[in-house]
Amino acid sequence: MKTDDLISAMVVDGGVRRSPLPARFAVAVAAGALVAATLFALGLGVRPDIGSALQTWRFGFKLAVGGLLFALALWACVRLARPDASVRPVLAALAVAPALLAIAVGYELVAVPSHAWIERAIGSNSRICLTAIPLLAIAPLAALLAALRTGAPRSPSAAGAVAGLVAGALAASLYATHCTDDSPLFVVLWYSPAIALVSLAGALAGRWLLRW
Amino acid sequence: MMRAANGGDAGAYRRLLQELAPLLRAAAGRGFSRYGLGTDDVEDVVQETLLAVHLKRHTWDEGQPLLPWVQAIAHNKLVDSLRRRGRRVHVPIDDVSEVLAADEDYAAMNGVDVERALMRLEGRQRDIVLAISIEGATAREVAERLGMTEGAVRVVLHRALKSLAKAFRSTLP
Repeated sequence: MKTDDLISAMVVDGGVRRSPLPARFAVAVAAGALVAATLFALGLGVRPDIGSALQTWRFGFKLAVGGLLFALALWACVRLARPDASVRPVLAALAVAPALLAIAVGYELVAVPSHAWIERAIGSNSRICLTAIPLLAIAPLAALLAALRTGAPRSPSAAGAVAGLVAGALAASLYATHCTDDSPLFVVLWYSPAIALVSLAGALAGRWLLRW
Repeated sequence: MMRAANGGDAGAYRRLLQELAPLLRAAAGRGFSRYGLGTDDVEDVVQETLLAVHLKRHTWDEGQPLLPWVQAIAHNKLVDSLRRRGRRVHVPIDDVSEVLAADEDYAAMNGVDVERALMRLEGRQRDIVLAISIEGATAREVAERLGMTEGAVRVVLHRALKSLAKAFRSTLP
């Protein structure tokens, strides 16, 4: 078949308007978040003392850093769905939330006497934190990978990993309203690996699913 | 022109793809000769790239220039192709410039991979692709001939193009 003939077929197929990438991601996030929030409400639920917890900076910071990671990773994910994405702004965006967490950890180490560090870091919810976040992240990750499949990522594994970050951050933000361990020490020790696990799963899935 | 094409202007879209083809041909030729590969497969890469440009056109951000986006797709497809073929082709070419000068001849060449990919399509998909591409029939003419609605023909055509792109990816050396 000659190239001109192939072009004819594409021109005939070209009349259909296709929805832009950001709209596809909005649908994916909404669907994934709905499933995750339903599972969360059925299985875990918000902690009973949410009202007083909201008055403390540690709880507020935990929610804020999760929400920030979610928003920036989502922005990065939409970018990485394009074949001509530049990597540097993506890396810069992804570094913001970890940097803030590092600052908060530094502050906590100063504010809390050293004999209480271990207790704060170990907390009482580590096992459920490590299981709930990946489980809640499954539906959002699947939806995001489906949206990415309609994209054209230069690096399938990088795009998959960032999709995992988005899903992990979403799941962590939900879970954070249940968890009563609010110290940044606990967050860095348990939330981070849970999100990293989802990101790794996204990278591996991306290698298989996101080639185009 | 891509903006007009995304807005549904078929004439503009055809002109755009026809103008992109020689650029892609030159780029693929350069890529192949840089790795000391023959240029027999250049048209396959051109067709695979055009197909990706077509199927992924919603990933172009309308606020950005078009060419870097096309080049990114072309680069991706060239690398894929070199990976697939690298092991098969080992013949270094003697005179690169001579081959490049003959580039324009490839426009008249048939894509080998696309023929192979067409063979793998199911019957109705293949009939519709051939009728529209080789015979230059419109979707409506094909619909009347096959007793389908025009919309159904378009759906089959779109799936067929997606299958073609997938078959390209799985072309084995």
